[in-house]
Amino acid sequence: MSYIVDRRLNGKNKSTVNRQRFLHRYRKHIKKAVDEAVTKRSITDLDSGESISIPRRDISEPFFHHGKGGKREMVHPGNKEFVTGDHIQRPQGGGGGGGSGEGDASDSGEGIDDFVFQISQDEFLDFLFEDLELPNLVKRQLQGIESFKYVRAGVVNEGNPAKINVVRSMRQATSRRIALTASSRRRLREAEEKLAALQEQDPVLRDKRKEEELELEIAKLRRRINKIPFVDTIDLRYNLHLKQPKPTSKAVMFCLMDVSGSMNQAMKDMAKRFFILLYMFLKRNYEKIEVVFIRHHTSAKEVDEEEFFYSRETGGTIVSSALKMMRDIMKDRYPADEWNIYGAQASDGDNWNDDSPTCREILIKDILPQVQYYSYIEINPRRHQALWREYETIEATVAHFAMQQISDPGDIYPVFRELFQRKETKRAS
Amino acid sequence: MTERTPISTGSDWTFELIQDYDREIGRVAADFGLDTYPNQIEIISAEQMLDAYSSVGMPVGYNHWSYGKHFVSNEQHYRRGQMGLAYEIVINSNPCIAYLMEENTMTMQALVIAHACYGHNSFFKGNYLFRTWTDASSIIDYLVFAKNYIMKCEERYGVNEVEAILDSCHALMNYGVDRYKRPYPISAEEEKQRQREREEYLQKQVNELWKTIPQLGDKEDHLDVRRFPEEPQENLLYFIEKNAPLLESWQREVVRIVRKIAQYFYPQRQTQVMNEGWATFWHYTLLNKLYEEGKVTDGFMLEFLQSHTSVVYQPPFDSRFYSGINPYALGFNMMSDIRRICENPTKEDKKWFPDIAGSNWQETLKFAMQNFKDESFVQQFMSPKIIRDFKFFSILDDDKERDLHITAIHDDPGYRDIREALSKQYNLSMNEPNIQVYNVNVRGDRSITLRHVRHNRRPLETESAEEVLKHLHRLWKFDVILESVQDNTVMDTIKCGPNGIEKKSTEKDEEEEELSLIQRV
Repeated sequence: MSYIVDRRLNGKNKSTVNRQRFLHRYRKHIKKAVDEAVTKRSITDLDSGESISIPRRDISEPFFHHGKGGKREMVHPGNKEFVTGDHIQRPQGGGGGGGSGEGDASDSGEGIDDFVFQISQDEFLDFLFEDLELPNLVKRQLQGIESFKYVRAGVVNEGNPAKINVVRSMRQATSRRIALTASSRRRLREAEEKLAALQEQDPVLRDKRKEEELELEIAKLRRRINKIPFVDTIDLRYNLHLKQPKPTSKAVMFCLMDVSGSMNQAMKDMAKRFFILLYMFLKRNYEKIEVVFIRHHTSAKEVDEEEFFYSRETGGTIVSSALKMMRDIMKDRYPADEWNIYGAQASDGDNWNDDSPTCREILIKDILPQVQYYSYIEINPRRHQALWREYETIEATVAHFAMQQISDPGDIYPVFRELFQRKETKRAS
Repeated sequence: MTERTPISTGSDWTFELIQDYDREIGRVAADFGLDTYPNQIEIISAEQMLDAYSSVGMPVGYNHWSYGKHFVSNEQHYRRGQMGLAYEIVINSNPCIAYLMEENTMTMQALVIAHACYGHNSFFKGNYLFRTWTDASSIIDYLVFAKNYIMKCEERYGVNEVEAILDSCHALMNYGVDRYKRPYPISAEEEKQRQREREEYLQKQVNELWKTIPQLGDKEDHLDVRRFPEEPQENLLYFIEKNAPLLESWQREVVRIVRKIAQYFYPQRQTQVMNEGWATFWHYTLLNKLYEEGKVTDGFMLEFLQSHTSVVYQPPFDSRFYSGINPYALGFNMMSDIRRICENPTKEDKKWFPDIAGSNWQETLKFAMQNFKDESFVQQFMSPKIIRDFKFFSILDDDKERDLHITAIHDDPGYRDIREALSKQYNLSMNEPNIQVYNVNVRGDRSITLRHVRHNRRPLETESAEEVLKHLHRLWKFDVILESVQDNTVMDTIKCGPNGIEKKSTEKDEEEEELSLIQRV
């Protein structure tokens, strides 16, 4: 007797927990591999997983087994030319000897191959962004009652009086009354019919006693019917509302870049990588992200991504034009109570000297109070100029403002990490 | 030949067809006298097969990173096409659970049904090792109990804590079996009921043992010259469960779970050749019978034979694909050979196997299946013909000699030697280092001493032995000493204390060794 069961619809990810434990246990190895990978590969292809290799000896589970040496007899198949008493040279090393002497390679010595496996893109990014956190993100989520909403989720038997569903409760009560009084009402009807029949008869023939009996019964039945409560506690039905998190709120990321003559393509590429990292990081935290690209030289312009990174311009630099534009766009399209706003500005630090104090003012008065985070990177191997010094005064006073200098592509990732590192003290402020 | 009325002609399977094939195969199997547990055939997808693989075939398993490691590496190999998935996994339980993969063709499903549901199944039910060491009806329940228990421990004591204990137990898993003593069958019901009582009782017992406050000074050496344990103990995990001084009761239970599971798998490790040979022999015989009856098509047979031959292929020792003797090949050929000896014995067979030559092959084969394990099966039933067919030869590797020696080949004077050597090769207790609990310093520093008795001068692989000792130290929590003994003298000592490993090759400083011997006596 056999039972045949179709298990294909059962969960197929029985090993997920074990896999996670494995990843957790070797997170240091994996982290290292991820960090190496990110410096090696172009940041634009962060969209794939990564193959991780861990030295097999780090990962092996020890058990007692024999080492080399001693006397050992092994039987092998496929003899071609040996006869009893032959001497053969000991094969060198574990491999080439084709099994003679060494036996199965698995039980003597560990293989030198690395243990290689694949992690998915999600896991890759998790490791990449591990212990990074967008400042104020948590704060906003905790504060924001707006991130939850109540949705109707049917009708239930229990609840508080404020949520009584009257229609459903009355319907319940009616049907209960009908159900409980059905037999009494039938008998009442019968008794009334009989009584009526009796009363129609000729007064001489009327049977007074029987009429009285019927009247008594009718009264009794009426009482019984009336005793059934109109509304009982078991009839009550309540509306159920469930707290549902709103799809994690929306974010908008402003990319501001200086495209004046002094910014060359290499610098722009570096800025681009920084923006992409920021974008990917936001993508993991928000359901919906919009990106606004603002480029500027002496005047600012909102452009699409292609133009932002690749079209060439020349001319001087007025940074405040971009900030003003950002401010205006924020006001028009991204009110701060609906959007999480992030700003990232990249520049080589050149600015009209007169303009830098204006920049600071706009930032402090109009932009910083509205945004979650504002970061400034200066792509410039040389010494700092006026803009940097102005921004330094901001950094000293505002917690969610950060600035860093980048001089070659290798700096980007460490800078990114530093910018967004968990800073308990900073976050507390 | 009868008229052909095949059960099916296409290669796609359906549930009805699986049922039909199962019925037919079951009928033929019963005709041959195969006694089986009821079957539970489960159709699963490739991903589920990967999952099943990684939990070493246990349908329910507790969580541990090492299973994740297996999963990750299997998955990797499978994705790259380096590894096909096994056709089947079968679990020694009642009802006997067999997994069929949905990707297989109808022919493969029939092959698996014959192989697993009737071959392995009857082996599980018939072989003496499985009968005495495992309890098919309760294993699933026990695994569920184990999973839940460990989950509860994780909630209570933290995942890391539990993982550490499991790591240590896994390192000693091969030493968690009773090789000679018969265990009680495990039962989940009993397990649950008694678990609490056991906890208290165990702790009390342990307290009893360790009641003496450790004393310094040499007085006690004279008082107690008896060792504890009086006899060396082979089951290290059992010894730890019962005697480790500082384990908490839940930790003892975890040790017990690992030990029980090791015990459950122990018969499988001892009967690989027989078990696979038996199952392969029967899928071959059963499906051929169906073909004779006209129930399957020529195409079916071609596909079946193609995969059958690749399963029983034995690459020669110098082949790139050689990785030891293929248990399917050896087992299948030996089983078939026994049938041949019964049905058409040659002169040689009559000389070598006077009892079975010409006997009823079904009964003889059944007897062989029921009463042997690999080691004794080879010793008892390997015929010269098999040795010739496989061209077996035996090599002696002695580190005192410059060269390797061929000690025997497939010729008249060599048959017995080859058979002897091959039989030893399947003797688990000889392949695994012989390590036993030798002494516990009950009154002194509470250290535990293990002894490795070297066989044929074969030493331990030190690096991993040290790692295992660290694990043992985690369970025992006092010093752990491993002595490697050859001809009654201690050759090497590895000690694992709170500060890690100390090694001592006592061949050099014999004085100290003598001193310690005197102290012990």
